[in-house]
Amino acid sequence: MAQVFTKSMARNIFYGGSVFFILLFLALTLDTSFALPERDQRHQLDLSTEVGQRIAKGKELWETNNCIGCHTLLGEGAYFAPELGNIYTRFGNNKEAIKAFIQSRPAMGIPGRRSMPQFNFSDEELDAIAEFLKYSSEINTAGWPPNIQG
Amino acid sequence: MKYKSQAVAKPYFIAAIGLFLAQVIFGIILGIQYVVGDFLFPEIPFNVARMVHTNALIVWLLMGFMGAAYYLIPEESERELYAPWLAHLMFWIFLIAAALTVIGYLAVPYARLAEMTGNDILPTMGREFLEQPTITKVGIVIVALAFLFNIGMTVLKGRKTVVSLVMLIGLVGLAVFFLFSFYNPTNLVLDKFFWWWVVHLWVEGVWELIMGAMLAFVLIKTTGVDREVVEKWLYIIIAMALITGIIGTGHHFYWIGPPEYWQWWGSIFSALEPLPFFMMTVFAFNMVNQRRRNHPNKAAVLWALGTAVLAFLGAGVWGFLHTLAPVNYYTHGSQITAAHGHLAFYGAYVLINITMISYAMPLLNGREANSMRSQVLEMWAFWLMSISMVFITLFLTAAGILQIFLQRYTETPLPFMVVQEKVALFYWLRVISGLVFLGGLGTYIASFFVAAHDAKHPQAIEAGKVQPSPAAV
Repeated sequence: MAQVFTKSMARNIFYGGSVFFILLFLALTLDTSFALPERDQRHQLDLSTEVGQRIAKGKELWETNNCIGCHTLLGEGAYFAPELGNIYTRFGNNKEAIKAFIQSRPAMGIPGRRSMPQFNFSDEELDAIAEFLKYSSEINTAGWPPNIQG
Repeated sequence: MKYKSQAVAKPYFIAAIGLFLAQVIFGIILGIQYVVGDFLFPEIPFNVARMVHTNALIVWLLMGFMGAAYYLIPEESERELYAPWLAHLMFWIFLIAAALTVIGYLAVPYARLAEMTGNDILPTMGREFLEQPTITKVGIVIVALAFLFNIGMTVLKGRKTVVSLVMLIGLVGLAVFFLFSFYNPTNLVLDKFFWWWVVHLWVEGVWELIMGAMLAFVLIKTTGVDREVVEKWLYIIIAMALITGIIGTGHHFYWIGPPEYWQWWGSIFSALEPLPFFMMTVFAFNMVNQRRRNHPNKAAVLWALGTAVLAFLGAGVWGFLHTLAPVNYYTHGSQITAAHGHLAFYGAYVLINITMISYAMPLLNGREANSMRSQVLEMWAFWLMSISMVFITLFLTAAGILQIFLQRYTETPLPFMVVQEKVALFYWLRVISGLVFLGGLGTYIASFFVAAHDAKHPQAIEAGKVQPSPAAV
């Protein structure tokens, strides 16, 4: 039995299998990159437009304030606070509502409850964040999340 | 210890365990914040504690892998490490960079840290697990390159074995895929797509090679089974890991923008991802059953068998639980994900590192195995940590099922925060399990001091007060 399946056969399966599936993965990635323009709202990201600039600024603020450390975005991140990939639709397609919520967080928190920190964003920064979240909500996510609650 | 330069592994192992302790303490803070929302707020908000928790984990696992490589590569290559001084230097650079990063997380607001470290020059911060300032990331790359050069030269100049080759391939892959952490476009879909090339291709790809090599090394040493047999197993396990795991990356692409066909590719291949872990379990038990010697380090063998079982449960079973696209539609980004993450990281990567440390530390201290008293403490630590982690996983799974039902499955879905309050009981139970886990880790740390004490006072053993190490029998 031991002679039927040798170490060199095992080695060949490892090298052959790995190379084959790496190539397949790269091919699928290439195909995905052709399909993405229809799905990822990249036309909004044009930096020569005001919307594009706001989205870029919004993503930067999203990152430099570590929002992903509590929230999920398209289901990825921490599970401590609500999903934000569809917050724009959950807040009634209203950027002002998003801005008002972020602005109104108490600096010292809420006794006994989870609370978002007060980040003291300027109005311009709030606009950028809201624009970024609107853009996120318009990405084609194959119908996820299952409902408005995220 | 056969080669003097293997000793460079020791500081890596000690730092790894120190960071492990920090990770668990911050984990308990997070667990409390889940139920007492304003705990430590606004001084240590949840996102900061979580960064410390996850980043400490990543850094200590990397420290463990590096220590393991510095220990096993010289022994496999049958020669001294190419440049022990470089390994020492890199240890301090890595430790200081990690410490400064954690201090940065805790001392200043994250946005200020981003500003201070020049994140706007090359923005890479603020993405899950890759929160480190860009300069820290550059530091990691430098440490990784120096490390790869050092062990690569050692392998090249010495005996080449399958164990050292697989370890090397895994570590090269680790370094290569980390480079994708520097790619951060504004396009959120592209950002997320390639973020997984770091995260998934690490933990469900090349890290499995590192883990397989470490497990194979410890099993060769502790069971005395013929190397040919072990190496054949190792090849077939890592072959299955990459054959299933590479396309298995697709299970992360269902709902973040890429085309729907990933639901098929991801579901089919990731459904097979438990296979390499199952084979690892069969492999470990087979080798121990066919052992040709009874190694005096019983604790190391227990850790090795525990790794094989809990990696299969956490990565294999709990991964499969939510990997099929129609299921993942409901479970994506819920407490089910957290449950799987905890048992998978503990079972696979925490335990393989402790297995290696448990095997190598006595040898680095000049003895084949620790006193029986110390080993019994280690075994207690194994059971306390493993059982409490299984319970953490079960409680989070229960919380996750309820969360999914109330928030996503029922006809009348409830808002996130309302649901969180309804499942709070399970979060309380999780905190209690976490405290037991901390107790287990404390027991593990205590075992080192008991071992050192017993080695220093052999007369206590002679007087019959303490059981001798099985090595002396």
